[in-house]
Amino acid sequence: MVNTKVTLCGLPLDNPLIPASGTFGYGYEFAELYDINLLGTFSFKGTTGEARFGNPTPRIADCPGGMINAVGLQNPGVDAVISTELPRLAKCFHKLVMANVCGSSVEEYALVAEKLARCQQVGWLEVNISCPNVRHGGLAFGTDPDMAAQVTRAVKAVAGKKPVILKLSPNVTDITAIARACQEAGADGLSLINTLLGMRIDLKTKKPVIANTMGGFSGSAVFPVALRMVWQVYEAVDIPIIGMGGVSSARDVIEMMLAGATAVGVGAANLVEPFACKKILEELPAVMEQYGIDCLADITGKAHI
Amino acid sequence: MKQGLFTVTENACLAKEIWRMRLRGDTSAVTAPGQFVNLKLEGFFLRRPISVCDVEGDVLTLIYKPLGQGTRLMTSFLPGKELDVLSGLGNGFDPALSGEKPLLVGGGVGIPPLYLLCRRLVQRGVQPAVILGFNTREEVFLEAEFRVLGASVTALTADGSYGKKGLVTDGIRASSGYTYLYTCGPEAMLKAVYQVCASSGQFSFEERMGCGFGACMGCTCKTKYGNKRICKDGPVLTKEEILW
Repeated sequence: MVNTKVTLCGLPLDNPLIPASGTFGYGYEFAELYDINLLGTFSFKGTTGEARFGNPTPRIADCPGGMINAVGLQNPGVDAVISTELPRLAKCFHKLVMANVCGSSVEEYALVAEKLARCQQVGWLEVNISCPNVRHGGLAFGTDPDMAAQVTRAVKAVAGKKPVILKLSPNVTDITAIARACQEAGADGLSLINTLLGMRIDLKTKKPVIANTMGGFSGSAVFPVALRMVWQVYEAVDIPIIGMGGVSSARDVIEMMLAGATAVGVGAANLVEPFACKKILEELPAVMEQYGIDCLADITGKAHI
Repeated sequence: MKQGLFTVTENACLAKEIWRMRLRGDTSAVTAPGQFVNLKLEGFFLRRPISVCDVEGDVLTLIYKPLGQGTRLMTSFLPGKELDVLSGLGNGFDPALSGEKPLLVGGGVGIPPLYLLCRRLVQRGVQPAVILGFNTREEVFLEAEFRVLGASVTALTADGSYGKKGLVTDGIRASSGYTYLYTCGPEAMLKAVYQVCASSGQFSFEERMGCGFGACMGCTCKTKYGNKRICKDGPVLTKEEILW
């Protein structure tokens, strides 16, 4: 029997698989399809202080090997998440969930984090400083080491004992500089990568497909980029990494972990293969055996010399 | 929703840029007219959502227009080809609200889901009137099939090359005494239908979708009763909740 258990920032996970924020809603759509308690955990939809509609449609464009989304953090706001979504989630998910915290100011990040940190169901706070689809905040905090550090400190100050994981953007010159700044500011972990800024143009209308012009590119095509960044960040910091970006198979999970990931996010794959995470978990033991891996927790960073 | 493998049994051109594909598989998740399926196509990341025209036993009928590269590829599929299909997506039309004399209004490739609706209405003992709008004669399809169901059909073309000359709204204005209206078509048509519709009704919308089953929030629209996902809470909205 292979062992898939890992520990993420001091909290145990039955396996390293974590559906990524924004691709798994609040879990219910998937709970109708399979028992989502099979997952290590999942990161729920990015949550802001107030309700957000998000961007105008079209918000989605198909691409070779992936997709662009410009949803723009549509969510009902932190109070409604706590009063409505979390109680409903509790009925179908019995593990600690990862709360995805968003904001357009340091104060908003802190406010949302403080409220979510008080929820028993929440195990980790994942702080999104990398959303390319919101005008204020989001990406701005994730592309500047000082601002990333400010958000980290503000969230850490209100998070109590909940581990704080900063979600990093690939849309930077040097992701390790941001990663180090977050670590120095007290981050307990990092998740990367968020989507890559991209766009498509419709040849018929000769206009951008996405109403917001640009959006975040994700899907299997980004896997090598994500893997490279996880590799670089692993060498730069000592805190655990959730590796994500284009993961769609058990092989990808293992590759991500060898590059330095402690846990592995699955994003866009959930949207085109609703059973993607279940299938990955089903194939994982056989793939581990095939490559002589007894214990997944042992392979994190093993590709580094 | 169900994920399953379907086998193409037929794929033919019905009219100009209008194709019909029949597929055999587990259709048990298709529970209402107006729902759609999401097809995985080789070489494309996102699935392609196509409305269900008809379902009978294990045979699913789709009518589609090769508008983009994905639907263009679909025209090359031969009988025997297997497709990975998410079926039973969306809320669909509710035939129970039709009253005695419902009006069905379809434009172009918005017409197919009205066929199964019409069949369900006839099964309930209701005689629907159907208004079909096309650009031109070469694009006319399904008219005969609606007549076979026993519906009274008015076909209109924008250029007058077939049936009556005009738009579906002209057909609605000429209709009286209808108890309810069901419609599907391009958004500009839906908006025009909304403005002339004298009864309550249900409108089926289209939007670029990510997942098709409510997870990604890619196709959200605002309604009078809050945000709705076209793929999961729609594609059918009631007239009373629509915000233009």
